[in-house]
Amino acid sequence: MTVDQVVGLETPAPTPVLELRGAAVRVGGRTLWSGVDLAVRAGEFVAVLGPNGVGKSTLIKVLLGILPAAEGEARVLGLRPGQGGDRVGYLPQRRSFGTGLRIRGTDLVRLGLEGDRWGVPLPGGRRRKEQTRRIDEVVELVGAGGYAHRPIGECSGGEQQRLLIAQALVRRPSVLLLDEPLDSLDLPNQSAVAALIGRICHQEGVAVVMVAHDVNPILHHLDRVVYIAEGAAVAGTPEEVITSETLTRLYRTPVEVLRTSDGRLVVVGQPEA
Amino acid sequence: MNVAFSWNLVADFQQMWSFPFMVNAFRAGAVVAVVAGAIGWFMVLRRQSFAGHTLGVVAFPGASFATLAGISTGFGYFGFCLAAALVIALLRREGRDAGAEESAATGVVQAFLLACGFLFIALYKGLLSGPEAILFGSFLGITTGQVLQLALVGAAVLAVLAVIGRPLLFASVDPQVAAARGVPVRGLSIAFLLLLGAATAEAAQITGSLLVFALLVLPAATAQVLTARPGLSLLLTLLLGFGTTWAGLVAAWYWPYPLGFFVTTFAFGGYLLAHALVQVAARTSLRRAVA
Repeated sequence: MTVDQVVGLETPAPTPVLELRGAAVRVGGRTLWSGVDLAVRAGEFVAVLGPNGVGKSTLIKVLLGILPAAEGEARVLGLRPGQGGDRVGYLPQRRSFGTGLRIRGTDLVRLGLEGDRWGVPLPGGRRRKEQTRRIDEVVELVGAGGYAHRPIGECSGGEQQRLLIAQALVRRPSVLLLDEPLDSLDLPNQSAVAALIGRICHQEGVAVVMVAHDVNPILHHLDRVVYIAEGAAVAGTPEEVITSETLTRLYRTPVEVLRTSDGRLVVVGQPEA
Repeated sequence: MNVAFSWNLVADFQQMWSFPFMVNAFRAGAVVAVVAGAIGWFMVLRRQSFAGHTLGVVAFPGASFATLAGISTGFGYFGFCLAAALVIALLRREGRDAGAEESAATGVVQAFLLACGFLFIALYKGLLSGPEAILFGSFLGITTGQVLQLALVGAAVLAVLAVIGRPLLFASVDPQVAAARGVPVRGLSIAFLLLLGAATAEAAQITGSLLVFALLVLPAATAQVLTARPGLSLLLTLLLGFGTTWAGLVAAWYWPYPLGFFVTTFAFGGYLLAHALVQVAARTSLRRAVA
C-alpha cells in the first residue's frame, strides 16, 4: 500500500459539486474560451472574473445546461448540466422590476418555490402552510422581513436583490449560480449583499459560483476565483490568481495588480476585450 | 308600462327580466365580464395592453366580414380575433427588446385589419345593425344561442387559464428564472395570446370593438391599484368587471344612452375612485407615522 492511498483513505477529498474539465464554448461559430478546468466543492464561494464580453455569463449558462460545452466535460452534482432540477438555484443578470408591477416580494419568492406547477393551488392545505413557513424562513435568512410584503416595484435595488436571492434559495439548492448580483447596487449595498452571499455559502454549505465585474466587494468572502481573458482561464485562490505575473501571462501583455492601503485590488493595464 | 328607474332594485330587475332579450343581455354580460376580467388581469400584468387593443380592433373586420359573407357574427369575431392573436404570437420574439418589436408588429396587424373592416363595410351596402353597433356595442337582440356560445367559449378559456395560471404568472413577472426552472415561456406566451383573442372576441360582442378595454383593462388596473396580493387582486377584478357590466346594463335600459358609454364610464369612475382611496390611505398612514 502506497503512502498516497493511506492519505487518501484518511482524508477523503469531498467530491466536487461542480466540475468543468477542459471545457470550451462556442457561440455563433466563435470560440469564447477553451481548456477551462474548474472544481467547486460544497460550501465554497467561487467568483468568475474577467473583462466585459469574455464569456463569464456563458460559463453560468453552460453550468445551467442552456448552452452545451463544445469540448471537454461539464458536471453539476455528478449529473449532466440541466439535470440538477431543484438543487440548482439561479439568479440571472440584473433584472429590475418597474414601479408598475403590483406583486409583493413574498409572491416573487413563492413563484420560485412553486411557480412551475400547473393547476390551481388549494388554499389552506398542509402543503400550503409548509410552503408559507419556508418562504418566511428564507425571507428572514436574507433579512428582507421588513419589506417582503410591499410591492416589489416599490423596493430599492438592494431590497429587490435580497428578495431575488431568497427566491433562488427557497428550494434549498446545493448549488447557487449568480450572474453579477452586485451590478448597479451602491457600495454599502454591494458589501452587504456580498456578505450575505458569503454567509449563506459558508453556513448553509451551498456551493456558490458568482460572476462579478469587480472582485473587491467579495474579496474577503471568496475561496477561489476563475479569471477568464483572451480565450483562456486560470483558477486558484485570489492570492494566486490576481497577481501581476498570472494576469500578465493570461493577457499576454503587461498587466499590473496594485493593492491599495485599504486592501482593495486594482488591475492596471488590462486591455478591455 | 312604467320605464323609470326606482331605487327598489328588486322591482327594477323584475321589470327588466320580464323581457327575454334583457335576461340574455344580463347573462351574456356576466359571462363576458368574468372572462375578460380574468384574462385582462394577466394582460395588464404582462403589459400587453396594445395587443389587447389590437385584438379588439380586429373584432370589427371580423364582424363586418361575417355580415358581408352572411355567416353568424360569432364565427367572424372568434375567427378573426384568434387568427390575429396567432399572427401576433408568431411575430413576437422573446428577449430584451421583445416589447418594442411586438408593438411595431402588432401595429402593422392592426392597421391592415382595420382597413379590411372598412372595405367589408363599404362592400356591404346594407345598413342592418350598421358599423356603430360593431364599434361601440349593443345589448339588443342577443339570442339564447349566442349566450350559450359565449358561455361555452368562456368556460373553455377559464379552464385553460386555471391550468396554466401559475406558470403563466411566473413567466409574466420573471421570464428568465421561469425558463431556467423549466417553464415553457414561449409556449405560454402563444397560449396566452390565443386566450386573449378569445376573451376579446367575447367582450367585443357586448362593448363593441373599440370599447373592449372597458372590460379588459379597467377592472384589472383598478384592482391592481387597490392591492398587490395576486389572489385578492384577481377576485376583485372579476367583481369589478361584473359590477360595472350589470350597472351599465341597468343604466342603458333606463336612460337613452348607449351601453358602451355607461360600462366604460362606470369602470373609469371606479379607477379614479381607487386612485383617490389609495392616496387618502397613504396620506393618513403617513400622518400617523409622523405623529
